[in-house]
Amino acid sequence: MDAMVKSQLKRISTQIRKDIITAVSSAGSGHPGGSLSVADILTYLYFKEMNIDPQHPKNPDRDRLVLSKGHCTPGLYATLANRGFFPVEDLKTFRQADSYLEGHPNMDKVPGVDMSTGSLGQGISAAVGMALAGKVDRKDYRVFAILGDGELQEGEVWEAAMAAAHYNLDNLTAFVDYNGLQIDGKITDVMNPEPIADKFRSFGWNAIAINGHDFDEIEKAVEQAKSFKGKPTVIVARTVKGKGVSFMENLASWHGSAPKKEQAEQALKELDDYLAGL
Amino acid sequence: MSDKIATRVAYGQALAEIGGNENIIVLDADLSGSTKTDSFKKKYPERHFNMGIAESNMMAVAAGLASCGKTVFASTFAMFAAGRAFDQIRNSIGYPHLNVKIGATHAGITVGEDGASHQAIEDIALMRSIPGMTVVSPADAVSANALVKLAAEMYGPVYLRLGRLDVPVVYDAGTKFEIGKGITLKDGKDVTIIANGFMVHKALEAAEKLEAEGISARVIDIHTIKPIDTELIIKAASETGAIVTCEEHNVVGGLGSAVAEVLVKNRPVPVEMVGVEDKFGKSGKPAHLVEMYGLTAENIIEKTKKVLDRK
Repeated sequence: MDAMVKSQLKRISTQIRKDIITAVSSAGSGHPGGSLSVADILTYLYFKEMNIDPQHPKNPDRDRLVLSKGHCTPGLYATLANRGFFPVEDLKTFRQADSYLEGHPNMDKVPGVDMSTGSLGQGISAAVGMALAGKVDRKDYRVFAILGDGELQEGEVWEAAMAAAHYNLDNLTAFVDYNGLQIDGKITDVMNPEPIADKFRSFGWNAIAINGHDFDEIEKAVEQAKSFKGKPTVIVARTVKGKGVSFMENLASWHGSAPKKEQAEQALKELDDYLAGL
Repeated sequence: MSDKIATRVAYGQALAEIGGNENIIVLDADLSGSTKTDSFKKKYPERHFNMGIAESNMMAVAAGLASCGKTVFASTFAMFAAGRAFDQIRNSIGYPHLNVKIGATHAGITVGEDGASHQAIEDIALMRSIPGMTVVSPADAVSANALVKLAAEMYGPVYLRLGRLDVPVVYDAGTKFEIGKGITLKDGKDVTIIANGFMVHKALEAAEKLEAEGISARVIDIHTIKPIDTELIIKAASETGAIVTCEEHNVVGGLGSAVAEVLVKNRPVPVEMVGVEDKFGKSGKPAHLVEMYGLTAENIIEKTKKVLDRK
């Protein structure tokens, strides 16, 4: 990847991380850990890869993204806002009763959200439906889905995986945000979904393992997924929960809790320092 | 009323008849011979997808297809649609108000020999509690055919409750139906019997017998439980002063409850309910089960006399 482009993507993802902190601390609740871990993947998709137009969020020919791990709205909303779908300022209203920024994605209220999700396991099925519609209509849009690694414990994920392979949905690319942690602790302690890539392979998928914070690797994997014919692709992206905020990294406790005011200030300062060094 | 046809057969025929609309996609979960979506599949195989025995996935796949502008019919047994896939119907279809029609066949105890595990008697209660969901339970093949087509024409989620059993045809071919509007099949002044599904036929049978005893019973088919025809129900309560509801569903949360909700808020009158009395079904010949569970004209007559005593 071109150094300038990479540097620009890093700036954007750092800004998105700052906005994640702002949204969650304004709300006093929400899910920062998994939003921070998936921020680079969202940045790459919305700022480099996807065919989308913030002025026409319902364009039938657009690429689609389903956030199957729907609780990571801070990450999705911060990305959509920075991409121009709605004002960044509105992130401060996240989870408030008079705001359109619901705690979990709502496709009717939030411009740019392609599917309402939140109940785990359902988003990947909806993404299968979108990819199937693309095949029926002979359209060349692509469908992306982002799963949590803990979410793989939902049986429906594997129903969807079976269906995607059965119907040869090579227009579907799923990411697994493999940060290794869920609410109750390590995924391997709670209910071990590993080996993740092998499981998808045995379900008939093309599987690629990458570092989910490396834009070169994300790009290479997405390009490989796009050129791989006949099978859906899963990109198992190793990530760090809480990535970019030192005191949040690799701690399950930041899955679903908001930073206090001083913590938010520290997080924003760390991210600002990182931004200044880019 | 000599012909007997299952409403699931009418569902499959209706799908095949409207299948020329290329926007329609039909999904099934390994039951296309039973749900009768195979009628559609024969004509339009490229738009019929078997999702395997995975109802939860099927419902959310339907939501994804609908989000891309498709009119989707997702079919399986009522138990596995409303029951197993409740969360998917609620969150992926109902919450975003997507254009998915749930073709739920084999509802109620007339499933017969398969027994309680396959006899949904809770589905209407579940489905009508979802905001924005339209819930339809046709009486016969004629109304089922028409209501399936009307469901396809309207935008939004619809739960279509269909039966396995061959049931008498109540309506003349060409009868006009409207989703949300009940139909008065027989006028009467002493009491109103409100029914849906195959119990409409039983209600008419009961009303005829009551007439012979000098009791004038009105019979209304409330094929749409949600949105319910409030006006017609209030009018019936005002004019006849007593209501009997009849349904092949638990008396908890179904048609009887929906009618009672309308009455208590608008025009309280005595109500008696004929339905499955809050117990599970069982295996047996459908005709035998109908007797065992009191889904009969005789029981309707008994409840009618009881409600008249309470007037």
